[in-house]
Amino acid sequence: MRWTYAGLSAGSDSPPEILPPAGAGRLARVRTELKSHPNLAFGGTLAALVVAVAVVGRLAPPDNPLAINAGHALASPGPGRWFGTDQFGRDVLSRVLYGIGIDVLIGLTVAALALIAGSLVGLVSGYLGGWLDDIVMRVVDIVMSFPSFLLALSIAVVLGNTLPNVVVAVTIAYVPYILRLTRSSVLSVRSADYVLGARAVGASRARVMVLHVLPNAAGASVVQATLMSGWAILDVSGLSFLGVGIQPPSPELGVQVAQGASYITSGQWWVSVFPGVAIILAVLAFNFLGDYADDKLRGQGS
Amino acid sequence: MSGLMIEGLRISIHGRDVIRGIDLHVEPGTCVGLVGESGSGKSLTALASLGLLPSGAQVNAGRVVLGDEEIVTPDLDRTARVRGSGIAMIFQSPRAALNPVLRVGHQVERVLHRKGQRDDLRRISVAMLGDVGLLEPEKVARLYPHELSGGMCQRVVIAMGIASEPDVLIADEPTTALDVTVQADILDLLDDLRSRTGMGMLLISHDLSVVAERCASVCVMRNGQIAEAGASATVMSSPSHPFTAELVRDLMRSPVAQGRPDQARPSETEREPTQEAAG
Amino acid sequence: MTPLIEVRELRKDYRRGGEVLHAVDGISLALMPGESVGVIGESGSGKSTLARCITGLERPTGGRLLFRNRDVTGRSDRALRWFRRAVQPVFQDPLTALNPRWTIRQLILEPLKIHGEEDAERRLHDVLEDVGLSDQLLRRRPRDLSGGERQRVAIARAIVLRPSVLVLDEPTASVDMSMRRALLALLRRLQAEHGLTYLYISHDIRTVEETCGRTVVMYRGRMAEEGPTAAVLNSPGHVYTRVLVSAIPRIGNATGHDGRLRTRSVIGQDLSSSGCLFVERCPLALPECAAPPPVVEVRPGHRAACVLAESKGSSR
Repeated sequence: MRWTYAGLSAGSDSPPEILPPAGAGRLARVRTELKSHPNLAFGGTLAALVVAVAVVGRLAPPDNPLAINAGHALASPGPGRWFGTDQFGRDVLSRVLYGIGIDVLIGLTVAALALIAGSLVGLVSGYLGGWLDDIVMRVVDIVMSFPSFLLALSIAVVLGNTLPNVVVAVTIAYVPYILRLTRSSVLSVRSADYVLGARAVGASRARVMVLHVLPNAAGASVVQATLMSGWAILDVSGLSFLGVGIQPPSPELGVQVAQGASYITSGQWWVSVFPGVAIILAVLAFNFLGDYADDKLRGQGS
Repeated sequence: MSGLMIEGLRISIHGRDVIRGIDLHVEPGTCVGLVGESGSGKSLTALASLGLLPSGAQVNAGRVVLGDEEIVTPDLDRTARVRGSGIAMIFQSPRAALNPVLRVGHQVERVLHRKGQRDDLRRISVAMLGDVGLLEPEKVARLYPHELSGGMCQRVVIAMGIASEPDVLIADEPTTALDVTVQADILDLLDDLRSRTGMGMLLISHDLSVVAERCASVCVMRNGQIAEAGASATVMSSPSHPFTAELVRDLMRSPVAQGRPDQARPSETEREPTQEAAG
Repeated sequence: MTPLIEVRELRKDYRRGGEVLHAVDGISLALMPGESVGVIGESGSGKSTLARCITGLERPTGGRLLFRNRDVTGRSDRALRWFRRAVQPVFQDPLTALNPRWTIRQLILEPLKIHGEEDAERRLHDVLEDVGLSDQLLRRRPRDLSGGERQRVAIARAIVLRPSVLVLDEPTASVDMSMRRALLALLRRLQAEHGLTYLYISHDIRTVEETCGRTVVMYRGRMAEEGPTAAVLNSPGHVYTRVLVSAIPRIGNATGHDGRLRTRSVIGQDLSSSGCLFVERCPLALPECAAPPPVVEVRPGHRAACVLAESKGSSR
């Protein structure tokens, strides 16, 4: 059993917790935060790097990612062609940079959409309960009985091989998880005294749900969404690797891996490996950020 | 049986002085009361007596001694040793002290086992549960904490405390979370155990009446210091420190507490304390 | 004179895993304007459930709730908006009763915003002054305040719409003794200045004793006794009340506890619900207690539901 000093921790008459030196500016506070949370430091740096690269890659890639140059096909990495070229002579570095941009954007979009849709439905379903909740939960159960990747795959195949459809497909597969998470937080928050207090001063149901319940119930879902950004990248690139969804000549990372796969055995490893590593780094960055968000969430625990 | 002695204890947490020099003495067989509000340092005093200081706590001066054994000194290495030898403690929330996935009888047995007892654990633990006033202790022993009421849980915690045959029992707000009838029963039980085993007791509470009624001597703690200490009857009848005087005055307003409920009536309008005092 | 707020035969049941729990089991209670009525009882007595039913936060299973003789039983939140302006709860623990993410300013302004009050800013400052809080606290959050300050914020939020009735559930339970004094004095002053009517729910008899003119004693959802506070505490009719009063720590008389009336100890038993529910713990139980207890008028205005209560012509 962990002993906590009753006077300092969760206290009615306790002073606030230890803060950075009084009068500290924003910079000092950020530094304190970075020091006490290695996850943030590492993941944040990585994520910032990934995003910076993505932006640069999208806007100003060194070489045209689509420019075919048959004369220099499958050149190994070297000066001027740091990641080598692929079978069409396209610069792999430019393609990877551009591709990171695509994948990160998709990942964030999927996570944001799933978060919005899932938490809103979870909020309403959890707070109102009754037959609405029963129906929603049965639908969620059905959707969750499929492995998410297979579900996304099936939906993408049915909808057609375009980027928006892939985003929709993966989002649909992810919504139930956010929904359930939000709903279970809502179930515990809705019996809190301050919710009663809000009702007692005349707040309407909508007001109670949006202003009181949601902010206090959303924490776990936000953490999950951060992690999902990374997993969405994996799923999307996995789908395109299989040929579903995003198609060549798009430099999406999964497509690149697929295109370079057959050349690994003949020694031209760089066509697949660099995009593969890029996927890993992007997912890793989001995982660390998700861990940091989780730490923050637990630290708060009001 | 050894007595608990706290001498000139000064403890700071993260550099902030929390206990600023207190002296406290619990003789075997006696009950000493410690009264204070939240933030006064009374709970930290109790933890210090067990050698269980929270992280960031620093003993700057003084010591806590049980008989010959030093429990807390400014020398940090000593306090890192595992405690639990002669002192037992019970807390405000009995449910927090019990493991929710173990049957209560088993939890008492574990304490006995830790003390070196090897045979007859079941029988002895059931006997102890009976000693603390639980009816049908064989049946209760097989229950889980969530199946018991608050008062019953506290009795189990007391049984676990007594099982280690302590020289001193520290009770930190043992009845604050309980109903008033259960509170009286538990305090009676503690008195009874004290006279039977000869152990000393440190009763900590924010409620002066609880302490004054049960303890021969009382210490009033405020802001990490002992504001006043002495025999209960004396402190109650003629308090010397203004804070104590205020607490006593507060109690005297209640005819029921004085056994004269016929004078119970809503108080007439009185001046509100000033902003600083009110807080 | 009509009661300001009244419950008649109020019942609230909860279903817990197949079993029905009668949290409130036939309580009738009337509050006159300006009164302070105390409800005492231990855990499981149903007093908090009663408080929630009276403030319209729970829908009763049976019985009626009347405000100024208007029946408001079981109405929806929307239909009760006007009622909410008149009857406000003050919860036990302000740490959980105030949204931890909101600032004090937002918390006190919220009722004003919801009901479209004009000049909300002025009202906000007026009410802060009324409860004795400084403007500095407006930017802070509940956990940055002391216990006493938090409870004042809760009170401020409750009176900002100028209600007629406050239902206070253990208002001083989470506060230190020194704060308690100040809070009770504040509540008394507010009552005098604004003509408020109070319903005090408490397990602490001493609080009720000094603040309430009339007291109700609840046991397991039912009313055990009701009457003027002094009479109920001095010459209780119900054995349960006697047990409660005798359990209070006595001061100035260290040996006072030998004469304490003790309950019998039991492990949960099933009871027939028609007889007195206290019978399992009652030290003076008689065979007659298995039948529905009579309501004895100990004195005019003082009733107890106990076989052993005696009608007394004059005070002892």
